Amino acid sequence: MEKYILPDIPDLHSIAVYEANGGYKAFRKALGMKPEEVTDEVKKSGLRGRGGACFPTGLKWTFMPKQSAKPKYLCVNGDEAEPGTFKDRQILEFNPHLLIEGIVLAAYAMGITTSFVYVRGEYGKWVRMLERALADASSHGYVGDNILGSGFSTNIVVHKGAGAYICGEESSLMNSIEGGRGYPRVKPPFPAQSGLWGCPTTINNVESICNVPVIINNGAEWYAKIGAPKHPGPILVGVSGHVNKPGVYEMPTGLPLLEIIYKFAGGIPGDKRIKAVIPGGSSTMILRGEQLEGVCMDADSLKAAGSSVGTAGLIVMDEDTDLIQVITRISKFYYHESCGQCTPCREGTGWLWKILQRFERGEGRTEDIDLLMDIANNIEGNTICALGDAAAWPVQSMIRRFRDEFENRAKSLTMGSSTIAL
Amino acid sequence: MPHVLSEKHIKKLDDLKKLYPSKQALMLPVLWMIQEEHGHISEDAMRYVGELLEVPFGHVLGVVTFYTMFHEKPLGKHHIEVCTNVSCMLRGSARIVEHLESRLGIKLGETSKDMKWTLSEVECMGSCGTAPMIAVGEEYFENLTTEQVDKLLATLERK
Repeated sequence: MEKYILPDIPDLHSIAVYEANGGYKAFRKALGMKPEEVTDEVKKSGLRGRGGACFPTGLKWTFMPKQSAKPKYLCVNGDEAEPGTFKDRQILEFNPHLLIEGIVLAAYAMGITTSFVYVRGEYGKWVRMLERALADASSHGYVGDNILGSGFSTNIVVHKGAGAYICGEESSLMNSIEGGRGYPRVKPPFPAQSGLWGCPTTINNVESICNVPVIINNGAEWYAKIGAPKHPGPILVGVSGHVNKPGVYEMPTGLPLLEIIYKFAGGIPGDKRIKAVIPGGSSTMILRGEQLEGVCMDADSLKAAGSSVGTAGLIVMDEDTDLIQVITRISKFYYHESCGQCTPCREGTGWLWKILQRFERGEGRTEDIDLLMDIANNIEGNTICALGDAAAWPVQSMIRRFRDEFENRAKSLTMGSSTIAL
Repeated sequence: MPHVLSEKHIKKLDDLKKLYPSKQALMLPVLWMIQEEHGHISEDAMRYVGELLEVPFGHVLGVVTFYTMFHEKPLGKHHIEVCTNVSCMLRGSARIVEHLESRLGIKLGETSKDMKWTLSEVECMGSCGTAPMIAVGEEYFENLTTEQVDKLLATLERK
């Protein structure tokens, strides 16, 4: 398939090369359209957010008030920090102008005054890459006042985070931009009513925004025909773990996971069996290797299989993987990243990690398996934001699909074995 | 009040002020500037930021302590961060940690007595496809082997 988000064009990060390859054409085209026509096109395309929740992007844009006495803001979420996710970094490095063009298109559609691109602090190098691209886009007249003489003005500000996974949660991200701790906000009010500084705000993922120029250039009907009908378009899939060729691959949505693992990522080293995969970043539910036949990288297929697309960060684990070690590490992550606002998450994530460490040391008890499930169930749905759910799902799914792993580890203790190979 | 920000950064801040509708939103940018100049953010610096942005000291302290990348205490000259999250773990980050600990004579979370090295365990850095990895400052070193770690340490040693 032809690539649209990360095409194989050398030096595409430079504005001259980007322009020579049709760059900013979509924006010029949009200037001849009414703003609501741009939103309509995105809505008709069927684009769904690439940040994890798969929410329809165009629909989200329609939540923004058309008339507003207050300025309207766009936040572009580049706080990519979900373990197993490394796609937005590729965009910032190899195709930053596509992102900038997408932002000005979104800004035009929604009447945005200023867009804030929130990039995680660890990506300091990539922040500078984006800032360089932004300076070029401004000097070429694509950003700022009276863009290309159209009378339309909009600004873009790159805002660097400082190391907090939770800031990828949209309301936490806004609190972080406002200069506070990254605590998620209670919803409603939703950002489109009251977001940054109480003004109408939309938050979109970096990759979602990058799909907008592709849609405007080629039309919604064309776009809607790519990949899975209910979750169309090109998607960046990051494959990591036990594969021969890990990396970010652009493909249409809806390809079988096995095809992604074997054709794109070159299969498993030593031709080992796949024990498990996490399909969309560490918070998505783990799947058994044997259940992968027919499961595809799109929202419906993964939902039917009992998981989700998430950020399409596919983590592959071979037959020798110690899944207790995997789930313990994932739980440690959510414990570390819980912001501490809600008791179920603040306390529960710590308890999960503690008990899982018992299993890791070979000291887990059989009854601890149900205890883990009970704690996870009491975190899920009982917190302000989705971090609590993200911490619960991996544990719940690991127990549901790999209960034997826990039982074996617990049993070893009752059998009197004191040395457990990790 | 000690002189906490250089002229260059004060000028940059003036430019940034035009982009944000509130002073407080300059919090993360200012803290980054201070850390860039001083290597860490001291209590005095936090008081300075409080006055500069017209927010209470407690708020600044709250922000500094919330974000993993802000440091209240000086770190070693070279800050080595090792990712041990799942994708790196599956590709041998434990070997890299063990090797670094034995070469530097410090454990994760420690700074060497001569203030030359700080070794930290970090969460996913977005290098899952090039695991295992370490970061030194803003620089990423990926697809690492213990031999490459040795070479890197030798280069840093000379700096």
